[in-house]
Amino acid sequence: MTDLTRLTADQLAAAIAARDTSATEVAQAHLDRIAAVDGDVHAFLHVDAEGALEQARRVDAGELTGPLAGVPLALKDLLCTKGVPTTAGSRILAGWCPPYDATVTARLKAAGVVILGKTNLDEFAMGSSTEHSAYGPTHNPWDLTRIPGGSGGGSSAAVAAFQAPLAIGTDTGGSIRQPAAVTGTVGVKPTYGGVSRYGLIAFSSSLDQAGPCARTVLDAALLHEVVAGHDPRDSTSIDAPVPPVVAAARQGALGDLSGVRVGVVKELSGEGYEPGVQERFAEAVALLQDLGATVTEVSCPYFDYALAAYYLIAPAEASSNLARFDAVRYGLRVGDDGVHSLDEVTALTRGQGFGAEVKRRIILGTYALSSGYYDAYYGSAQKVRTLITRDFEAAFARTDVLVAPTCPTVAFPLGAKLADPLAMYRQDVASIPANLYGGPAMSLPAGLSEGLPVGLQIMAPTLKDDRLYRVGAAMETAYLDRWGGPLLAQAPELVAS
Amino acid sequence: MTQPVPYSEALQEFEPVIGLETHVELGTASKMFCGCATAFGAEPNTQVCPVCLGLPGALPVVNATAIESTIRIGLALHCDIATWCRFARKNYFYPDMPKNFQTSQYDEPLCTDGYLDVQVPGESGTAETVRIPIERVHLEEDTGKSLHVGGATGRIHGATHSLVDYNRAGIPLVEIVTKPVTGTGPMPGQVAKAYVAELRDVLRGLGVSDVRMEQGSLRCDVNVSLNRPGQEWGTRSETKNVNSLRSVERSVRSEVERQAGVLRAGGRIVQETRHFHEDTGMSTSGRSKEEATDYRYFPEPDLVPIAPDPAWVAELKAALPEAPSGRRTRLLADLGLSGLDAQAMVNAGVLDLVLATVDAGAPPAEARNWWLGHLAQAANTAGVEAVELAITPVQVARVAALVAEGALTAGLARQVVAGVLAGEGDPDAVVASRGLAVVSDEAALATSVGDAIAAQPDAAQKVRDGKVQAAGALVGAVMKSTGGQADASVVRRLVLEALGVRP
Repeated sequence: MTDLTRLTADQLAAAIAARDTSATEVAQAHLDRIAAVDGDVHAFLHVDAEGALEQARRVDAGELTGPLAGVPLALKDLLCTKGVPTTAGSRILAGWCPPYDATVTARLKAAGVVILGKTNLDEFAMGSSTEHSAYGPTHNPWDLTRIPGGSGGGSSAAVAAFQAPLAIGTDTGGSIRQPAAVTGTVGVKPTYGGVSRYGLIAFSSSLDQAGPCARTVLDAALLHEVVAGHDPRDSTSIDAPVPPVVAAARQGALGDLSGVRVGVVKELSGEGYEPGVQERFAEAVALLQDLGATVTEVSCPYFDYALAAYYLIAPAEASSNLARFDAVRYGLRVGDDGVHSLDEVTALTRGQGFGAEVKRRIILGTYALSSGYYDAYYGSAQKVRTLITRDFEAAFARTDVLVAPTCPTVAFPLGAKLADPLAMYRQDVASIPANLYGGPAMSLPAGLSEGLPVGLQIMAPTLKDDRLYRVGAAMETAYLDRWGGPLLAQAPELVAS
Repeated sequence: MTQPVPYSEALQEFEPVIGLETHVELGTASKMFCGCATAFGAEPNTQVCPVCLGLPGALPVVNATAIESTIRIGLALHCDIATWCRFARKNYFYPDMPKNFQTSQYDEPLCTDGYLDVQVPGESGTAETVRIPIERVHLEEDTGKSLHVGGATGRIHGATHSLVDYNRAGIPLVEIVTKPVTGTGPMPGQVAKAYVAELRDVLRGLGVSDVRMEQGSLRCDVNVSLNRPGQEWGTRSETKNVNSLRSVERSVRSEVERQAGVLRAGGRIVQETRHFHEDTGMSTSGRSKEEATDYRYFPEPDLVPIAPDPAWVAELKAALPEAPSGRRTRLLADLGLSGLDAQAMVNAGVLDLVLATVDAGAPPAEARNWWLGHLAQAANTAGVEAVELAITPVQVARVAALVAEGALTAGLARQVVAGVLAGEGDPDAVVASRGLAVVSDEAALATSVGDAIAAQPDAAQKVRDGKVQAAGALVGAVMKSTGGQADASVVRRLVLEALGVRP
């Protein structure tokens, strides 16, 4: 009998549609897998077996149809799910059940996707390792002593550990792509405004973007088309047709990139990038040429300032977005004993409800917005953002896509960078430019270094998400040939604990 | 505590600078950033949703009608309309503000640099026009309302707990800020009041708000500072909680008196927020603003910029209703009423009612007298606006017509109006049901006249002796005996005839 958890989303959907299996069987197989391995991986904060099986029943009853009907999915716990706990990885929201669904959640449900549960993340998506989750870290399925990336480590680890074929992540500075890179999976940050942010608990409003996590480029494309598209409830949502990403993935899988102009970003290489990462990246560039692409080097000088600009803009917005957690209407409340004043209850709640990294960023952001410092910090960062956008536009005048390593290292051991926030922040040095610009970017597996996955990042102009899928699928096809199968086949088998 | 200086004395010694910040709740059907209803007086927390409760993940969407209303207000106040502007977040913690930031506008308001002309009584008794410069008009969201329980005063101090009603949270709020107003001479209070009254009229004419100060849909913060002539402007205070036109004037007055007292005693005015108390007409010190709150404004990233199409703005401008001041001047000239009458009618909130009554066929003077006199008083007694009285301009015009026909006396007419106000139906129905028609049967009246003369022989003799004014007592007696239903002029003629005096 086939192990249903090893199939791709595309295969599962076809098998369910053909009645070769049922959505219920598929859901149960994944719930069993979660029960078997999540004790070690800890990808999930909440498993909603009841909700999943009910949704599967509706698919089996023919009430819900679509390209992904019956396919299980793991949802990052930053997206609201009506009546199902949503914590953002924070103690301050422990036990909170939203009274409404995020637009992404609603679209998944309407498409018959089976939501298995909510995945772990760095608190409020602030981090690159999931170690800042209030509920303990997620472990990398490739090596349980290492980080799965972050903030969406739970989503990527769930996909890598065959607990779900699909997951939704969110990407503010690399939180979909870096976990994808270090877990040997595919992750896409769509064009900003391509996927509704309604119901996505805000970290940095001008940067946050939800997107697909999967084991194949085609699966990511299928999920992308389900969740993307204009939403009148998100003013920053783009009112334009969803780029034809599934068609592009199918075209790319034919393995021909003739006429595609690829730019290698000079500033996203060299010092700070591990030798193994650089080697895999050089191979990827050679492979692109083998597939017919024209490769040139492009310079984006302002990318050097991207990390600094990001660490002013994102915390500034976060300091405001997180102000609402005040113990008045929902979530944790500490010190409400009739003795402490309102201000004291708010202070106690925020003091105990937020973790150290969240507090660090709130303080950083508050400072950056302060009267007298605004121009020097937040104002300057916005100018840098404009210059980075111009760098992208200049590069895309000569190229169709840009490539770079997704992140500078492979998965590092848990705890290795906890004492050094700046070292942790540097994980996102190559992924942040795309967030500041707003364009789409993908990470896909590019091989191993010291037995651990390395990611290749592809970046495209805004609303040209389809280009990522065409180039990504072509590379994936070539890699499958080279590796004799998917990279994840080389991951050590997780043993039920 | 220093002793306040009497108002007129203070204004001889100091020059006031006033400024007004007015908040207007727009009368849109839905809130500023979500689809929730905006009805006043609903059960607490029944007009709320994830957006206006600031739930995690919820996002705002701009109410297009609110933008349009704000632009129309700006145009009516002769402002420049921005071709591109943004909302900004004003960050501070307060429990009735769900997100702990207010989505407002900061350095990019929708409307800037306008003015409003208002009329105040001049020295010779004529109306004098004062131009109030407008700094800006911007759009923001209202907060919820806190109710503090357990304290003596309903204020947070001493309360055991607080309740918050978020129905109001997110209602579109327009803030209209004047530039500093100088040169008001001896009447800063009247100028402030006239400005708010005129602004209220403009807003009402635009139909953008019900501008009910008592319900908080129009709220005023009054800034006052004093300086000695020729010196720099003084430190200002900001008085909040000014909830009626009368209070606008009184708050300026009491603040001028208070500040003059402090300054005369060599003291220093503290920059602070003060709370006005309707009952005492005084204000008390609130929060000090010496350490300015840092609101950490930044452009709202959840919203896209607003770029009103200049062609659309031009259309809105062309479609504006006639300004109340222009309309007033034009109609009054037509009706032969004076400028001061007009101001009085504006202040009493009856101008439109007077004009509608004239439209319904009443003579202008009659319409004016009813609304500015008896009906204004009735509204005042009932504690409502005249427009809320249960009588329509058409009904008032009908009463006036009945008087003109001689079917009602002035006294009967007031009784008919009382009946209408009491919900007894149209004037004709009240006349019928209360039996209020004038008694014009002279034979019947003659009996009453005879009775009155018999009852008051002294008065009768005085009239016979040529003291005609003594007839008043006899006429009064007849009116009384007929229940006021006789025509007094007829009675007077009959009394004089009976006593052999030629009328």
